[in-house]
Amino acid sequence: MRSLEVENLTVSVEGKTILNNLSLNLPKGEVHAIMGPNGSGKSTLAKALAGHEHYTVSSGAVLMDGENLLDLEVDQRARAGLFMAFQYPVEIPGVSIANFIRAALKARQGEEDSFDALAYYRRLYAEMDRLGIDRKFTGRSVNEGFSGGEKKRCEILQMAMLEPKYCVLDETDSGLDIDALKIVAAGVNHMRGEDRGILVITHYQRLLNHIVPDYVHVIVDGRIVKSGDKSLAVEVEERGYDWIKEEMAAGV
Amino acid sequence: MKNENAIDIDREKGNFHYDTTYEFDAGIGLNERVVNYIADVKEEDDWVRAFRLKALDIFKGKPLPTHWATKDLENIHFDKFRYYLSKGQQPSRTWDEVPDDVKETFERLGIPEQERAFLAGVEAQFDSEAAYSRMKEDLAKDGVIFVGSTEGLKRHPEIFRKFFAKVIPVADNKFSALNSAVFSGGSFIYVPPGVKVKQPLQAYFRINAESFGQFERTLIIADEGAEVTYMEGCTAPKFETTTLHSAVVELVALKGAKIQYITVQNWSSNVFNLVTKRARAEEEAEVKWIDCNIGSRLTMKYPGVILKGRRARGEVLSIALAGDGQHQDTGAKMIHAADETTSNIIAKSISVGEGRSTYRGQVHIPRRLRGCRNNTECDALLINANSRTDTYPAITVRGNHNSVQHEASVSKVSAEQIFYLMQRGMSEGEAMSLAVNGFVNDLVKQFPMEYSVELKRLIDLEMEGSVG
Ligand SMILES: Nc1ncnc2c1ncn2[C@@H]1O[C@H](COP(=O)(O)OP(=O)(O)OP(=O)(O)O)[C@@H](O)[C@H]1O
Ligand SMILES: [Mg+2]
Repeated sequence: MRSLEVENLTVSVEGKTILNNLSLNLPKGEVHAIMGPNGSGKSTLAKALAGHEHYTVSSGAVLMDGENLLDLEVDQRARAGLFMAFQYPVEIPGVSIANFIRAALKARQGEEDSFDALAYYRRLYAEMDRLGIDRKFTGRSVNEGFSGGEKKRCEILQMAMLEPKYCVLDETDSGLDIDALKIVAAGVNHMRGEDRGILVITHYQRLLNHIVPDYVHVIVDGRIVKSGDKSLAVEVEERGYDWIKEEMAAGV
Repeated sequence: MKNENAIDIDREKGNFHYDTTYEFDAGIGLNERVVNYIADVKEEDDWVRAFRLKALDIFKGKPLPTHWATKDLENIHFDKFRYYLSKGQQPSRTWDEVPDDVKETFERLGIPEQERAFLAGVEAQFDSEAAYSRMKEDLAKDGVIFVGSTEGLKRHPEIFRKFFAKVIPVADNKFSALNSAVFSGGSFIYVPPGVKVKQPLQAYFRINAESFGQFERTLIIADEGAEVTYMEGCTAPKFETTTLHSAVVELVALKGAKIQYITVQNWSSNVFNLVTKRARAEEEAEVKWIDCNIGSRLTMKYPGVILKGRRARGEVLSIALAGDGQHQDTGAKMIHAADETTSNIIAKSISVGEGRSTYRGQVHIPRRLRGCRNNTECDALLINANSRTDTYPAITVRGNHNSVQHEASVSKVSAEQIFYLMQRGMSEGEAMSLAVNGFVNDLVKQFPMEYSVELKRLIDLEMEGSVG
């Protein structure tokens, strides 16, 4: 019950099957990493979980703490506790970071709940300080004119503010310089805990030195073809994916 | 979902009506008898009666402007409206004296509350006449006049007549002629030289009756160096039949004066809203129109400034939201008539569903002038694939001693933006509202706080209602 369970998920985009019977179990309290070649379906998995309309689930199930996720709308999934850090965060002109996160928090409140603006800003600033984001960013439009690294930090800021149960981070490390990588990794580590499951999609073992995963999965052609502990990431980094594909072809 | 109830109540905020008995009713249709009836009831001077009757002739003689405007104008049946309805002419000075049904109407709209919170004066018009009119006493001591037009015409004819129908001649267009024939209500404001009215004066125009036409006439004069902010709000219940609202608003800013005129309109979707608004700005005077048009079936409104004196400044900040089936045909006019005059137009429109927004501008700078500047920006946001926007900027600048800048853009709220916002937990309606509020944000920031809050609320309601 306390896990995000993906069971035999098959997903297609514009008639083309991208994920093929993919299964994955992410229990609360754990961090799993997903690696895989370009185009293997990592982002597709993230977006299908979030409920993007372009991604059609033709079979399989996703249970979040026992609840059938696929029955819910995008926003309902989010409010139920699913968060996705986008590989390519979207610009929302004219909407400040502060208003954006406030709107997201308010969407989670009941009608009668009051919103404590002072407490909100206190928390927001604390999280921004932790992630090394200049406080001036509260007034900037969401992702507009942000550098690649700034966008990624802001994704993690949102995650920290929204306190989701399950997080899917899609290449949050790409575009980060070495120092930023450490800061963002520390931000993610800060959120690790008994009540949260985190799925980290990445191409680089480097990130996993900082966010040490409990499990590593390799996805090829829309399927998880190999799982292991953190040493698998090191092996992938050294040897690439060909040996795994060869193992597959040999039917190992 | 969570907010739906609150929104239903709020969406309907203006949509209620009381069965009211009227003391005075000019009947249905438009003719000399109706015009005379209005003049009789108001016990007007002969010159006003003659003015009205002449205007009626002009109205009859003018064709509808369908050669450039929408054919929907042909669906206005002038013989089906009621042109004058009132419970009497004397506006009350306290809310307690206002008849119960009328008082309740304005209480539901929150007017007495706003008056207490931040206004220097309020006029509340119910159908044809002001039911309530009051201004803070210290303003009266300074010589500020703020009354309904009916009262203004009676008690201050010397000022009224001098400026009346001078900025907008009767024959300016078919609807200014119509208003001139049957006008009733609206505000008359005079601010003496050097007096700066700190808090806004507000008028609220409420249509309560069915098949009714409201024709308020507002005249605001800021004498030399005076300053005033005026705000108008309007609502009507949603009837099966059409309602007509056709106002004329004239502003005169004398030397060095500043007038800011703010409209936050929220008409129901059966209202034809055809309004002529224009200002004259003398030397170093400044006029700013802030015009927010939400609702109505068709709005045609192009606030303008005639920049008559050297270094006069004119500005129009306009936001139009065309919901499904609505047409917002709005814009601005800047007529430069003196050297070193500057004007600025920023117009933002949002079209939702089959909503249509049209920007019409007119900027005129004749050859003989020097050092004039205009900046025009119009941005359109389309929410759905079948939403529509058109832009007719019409900028005529002669000679090379003047400068203009013109920018226009059309953008869409993308599916990826909505997905991003919804992934953060917002409903589709909330996501739309946030994106739309973002689009108008840089403009709204220039509005006084109270009105930007009100506008945001109206946009939220409109957008929440637009998604299924
Ligand atoms: N909206 C879409 N329309 C068409 N094809 C798509 C769409 N989304 C994904 N695909 C295709 O699905 C496949 C998997 O894409 P996906 O983005 O999931 O890969 P990825 O593993 O995240 O790759 P990368 O490492 O480059 O981010 C690719 O071939 C891609 O072109
Ligand atoms: Mg990807």
